[in-house]
Amino acid sequence: MKYVIIGNSAAAVGAIEGIRQVDKDGGIVVISKEKYHTYSRPLISYLIQGKVTEDKMYYRPLSFYEENNCKVMLGEEAVRIIPDKKEVELKGGKSVKYDKLLVATGSKPFIVPTEGLDGVENKFTFMSYDDAKSLEASITPDTRVLIVGAGLIGLKCAEGLNKKVKSITVVDLADRVLSSILDEKGSEIMKKHLENAGIEIILSDSVKAYEKNMATLNSGRKVPFDILVIAIGVRPNVELVKEAGGKVNRGIVTDEFQMTSIKDVYAAGDCTESLDISCNEQKILALLPNAYMQGEVAGKNMAGDKVKYEKAIPMNAIGFFGLHIITAGSYRGESYEFIGENSYKRLFINDNRLVGYIMIGEINRAGIYTSLIKDKVDLSTIDMGLLLQKPNLMMFPKDVRKQKLGVGHR
Amino acid sequence: MNEEWCLGCHLCEYFCAFVNSGEKYMPKAFALNRQNVPNITVEEGDRINFAVNCRQCDEPLCKKGCITGAISVKDGVVTIDTEKCVGCFTCILSCPYGAVVPNKEGKAAKKCELCISNGGIPACVTNCPNRAIVLEEVY
Amino acid sequence: MPINYIYPEYEIIRDKNKCIKCKVCVRQCSNEAHTYDEELDCLYEHNERCVNCHRCVALCPTRALKIVKTDHTFRENYNFTGELINEIYRQAESGGVLLSSMGNPKPFPVYWDKLLINASQVTNPSIDPLREPMETKVFLGKKVSKVEFDENGEVITKGYPNLELSMPILFSAMSYGSISKNAHEALARAAQELGIYYNTGEGGLHKDFYKYGKNTIVQVASGRFGVHKGYLEAGAAIEIKMGQGAKPGIGGHLPGEKIGEDISATRMIPQGTDAISPAPHHDIYSIEDLRQLVYSLKEATNYEKPVIVKIAAVHNVAAIASGIARSGADIIAIDGFRGGTGAAPTRIRDNVGIPIELALAAVDQRLREEGIRNEVSIVIAGSIRNSADIVKAVALGADAVYIGTAALLAIGCHLCRDCQSGKCNWGIATQREDLVKRLNPDIAYKRLVNLLTAWNHEIMEMMGGMGINSIEALRGNRLMLRGVGLNEKELEIFGIKHAGE
Repeated sequence: MKYVIIGNSAAAVGAIEGIRQVDKDGGIVVISKEKYHTYSRPLISYLIQGKVTEDKMYYRPLSFYEENNCKVMLGEEAVRIIPDKKEVELKGGKSVKYDKLLVATGSKPFIVPTEGLDGVENKFTFMSYDDAKSLEASITPDTRVLIVGAGLIGLKCAEGLNKKVKSITVVDLADRVLSSILDEKGSEIMKKHLENAGIEIILSDSVKAYEKNMATLNSGRKVPFDILVIAIGVRPNVELVKEAGGKVNRGIVTDEFQMTSIKDVYAAGDCTESLDISCNEQKILALLPNAYMQGEVAGKNMAGDKVKYEKAIPMNAIGFFGLHIITAGSYRGESYEFIGENSYKRLFINDNRLVGYIMIGEINRAGIYTSLIKDKVDLSTIDMGLLLQKPNLMMFPKDVRKQKLGVGHR
Repeated sequence: MNEEWCLGCHLCEYFCAFVNSGEKYMPKAFALNRQNVPNITVEEGDRINFAVNCRQCDEPLCKKGCITGAISVKDGVVTIDTEKCVGCFTCILSCPYGAVVPNKEGKAAKKCELCISNGGIPACVTNCPNRAIVLEEVY
Repeated sequence: MPINYIYPEYEIIRDKNKCIKCKVCVRQCSNEAHTYDEELDCLYEHNERCVNCHRCVALCPTRALKIVKTDHTFRENYNFTGELINEIYRQAESGGVLLSSMGNPKPFPVYWDKLLINASQVTNPSIDPLREPMETKVFLGKKVSKVEFDENGEVITKGYPNLELSMPILFSAMSYGSISKNAHEALARAAQELGIYYNTGEGGLHKDFYKYGKNTIVQVASGRFGVHKGYLEAGAAIEIKMGQGAKPGIGGHLPGEKIGEDISATRMIPQGTDAISPAPHHDIYSIEDLRQLVYSLKEATNYEKPVIVKIAAVHNVAAIASGIARSGADIIAIDGFRGGTGAAPTRIRDNVGIPIELALAAVDQRLREEGIRNEVSIVIAGSIRNSADIVKAVALGADAVYIGTAALLAIGCHLCRDCQSGKCNWGIATQREDLVKRLNPDIAYKRLVNLLTAWNHEIMEMMGGMGINSIEALRGNRLMLRGVGLNEKELEIFGIKHAGE
């Protein structure tokens, strides 16, 4: 059996580890456009911040490919999948044969065409190791940074650059920060916190035009900058599958075994759509844990196992300047809000199930809430008073507690 | 963990924090500004108490979710490389038992590693006065 | 507020340097002798609440605690001691009877410590129990006086029902109610593993413990709590409790607040009602009446189980024992004045009854003189503290001993003697759920097994030293004892010589 994996990030690593749980021998070929040993994408902001050194960027030890008997083709780009021949064509004309193929191509930064953008000399996206390296190389303590996009990537970039540059301004069209993962109150808390750290945040506004080192906003306000970082959002890399005739909506469509509509072609990670079970909708869940777990399921199935990936939900754990956020699920139904001195919590209950939560500041044991969402636990078996108080196992009935904690629980 | 015998005395927490503090003398481990965080948490309820620590899952969600690759399984023990951990706490988001906690500086995650680096027998097990916590190997 | 005359008896000493403020003392003290002030991050000791049970001391992870007897004192007075003065203050305040628990703590002579055991030298070789057979097994009950055989040499004499014990030790009667269910379970499981017996006391037999029936002695006391046919049939023997060493002549009283659902079902009385055991059995006013009950119980159990009659050791114990032996009882249990209790009036506990050593010697002597010693076995109780006490008891004529206090000590009792409060911090003499769970029977039963295994080994060592390889050969073998510091009368009652004679 010959496995080919296009991509070299979390989903690809998940797949390699998934395959090896089932098939110790089959050959695995990894085709990676980037020339690096598998690294952790979210770490790039920590890298420029100086919290992580280059040798700690790697997602798996340097011996990983060798230990898992993988042939790695770094710096090679797959340009076409030919399902009839079971072949992947590479840039430059070479091709690689597969028995089972995984597409784990991830996503790419989304750039809105804006007047004058081409004329901006120092502009960056913030997705890859190379992005981080070139960004880091071009900043000085006098640099003024303009970041377009107050989402996870933009703000993580802002945190990474803070104190290393003269000023940071973040502009977003939305009326609040982190709008994809927070509610209004949560956004407000985070905005204040970011501002206290010295980051300027301009909301409900966007860049109308660039003129060299000056951005003119829709409001008419002018923001001078030396470096521009575009972090509006990402788009899944679906082209390979689409062109090969596979079904694609916003992301690549797979079944619950992570197989695309093309036989023996699987897909996992940010390029795919998953079923968000907290609201029963197909979504692109561009999250590292999701990518890994999809990849692992894909890998196991590629190697002949039959396992489903069926507990996908949006979830994020992220911190800015020491203030931590954990969120999961979807924000619908009845909500319960708790505001503490340095914390904020909101729980969402729909149809007698916990479907989502936001925790800021106080995040301990949040995973218990996550498990309630993922396991679709019927709350009539749960002590609601305890559930609302804080994450704990006491809220579960005795037999469930026993099963969770008792002897021989696995 | 047998809640029938847990007294809610919290000694497991203190012994855990102590043995993982690196200090030789228990009072020193808890002296001013040395609030070491235990890897075990006692939950207190109405006449019920129990301690929760890592279950050393076969398929650890903390490991699968870890964004840096800092979590690995060594000889059945789920281990966090604190050097690699950046404290994003995706593991806290993932763990269904609430068994991963931020360290005392809040900069990295930590969890029970069964005292493998403290002599092998978990301090919570040896110091539980009522044998509510036992170490059993499950295959 | 009236003047508080009582100064605390004990003081809790906290080494602030060692204290890590883990608050285990606060959480573990049911008397709330420790409290924590959040605002000041400070622990307080409330000495007046401390009963000196050592729970906090034992659980303190840094050994930062100790309890000392206060040196606060009254003007010295050998007649009116501080304790007596305080008792008077207390009664002047309350108008009530003083209550105490466990055994008599007063400095009466402990005769065990005035008896010394013999050992072989030169003329009679000693025996090494690790290398040679050594028997500590005993049978309790009536023995046949004559064995008859048929023409083929087969025994045709039918014996009497006997209890077989792997060692001459039984656990004393302690009711479910006076001690916790977990304590009972520990005793029952230990008895099963050791091949001995425990005793239900007068609290009935909890439904969960019928499975230990083969190692259970079921008690019938003046309150007749929990007695029914199934109960009598469940046990290996039936004990009629006429008296108790700690409180001869009076009954018992388990307050209604301790009668929860489980105890109510076990005792067969309504929840919340006081369980009052009358001082006498109202149907027993003579040996003849006792004989009726003995035979009623035998009849009820098809003459398959030995019947024990338990009495407190009082002044004319020998004559009473003789009567009991003639009542049809198979075993006489005699409880000395140092025997324990879950609650007794202090004055009774400390002043009524006689030492078990003297009672035993007198009873054994009397029964032998009357030629009825083989009609009954003698089991003694009332503060057997170690294996040497047992060897001495057997040499004085006992068949076996009951241990109560020592068994409770093994499972964590610290003899604070505050059982009557129901707040036992060690989970023994309490029915409070949060306290009961502190006693894990898995741990406790093993400690009992350990203790008795050790004692049995020591008994064998001492027997071996005397050149005796069977406990039967030690029984009543008073030549193996000598007295020290005893007067002529005491030596006469013991039937032994003084050391050096």
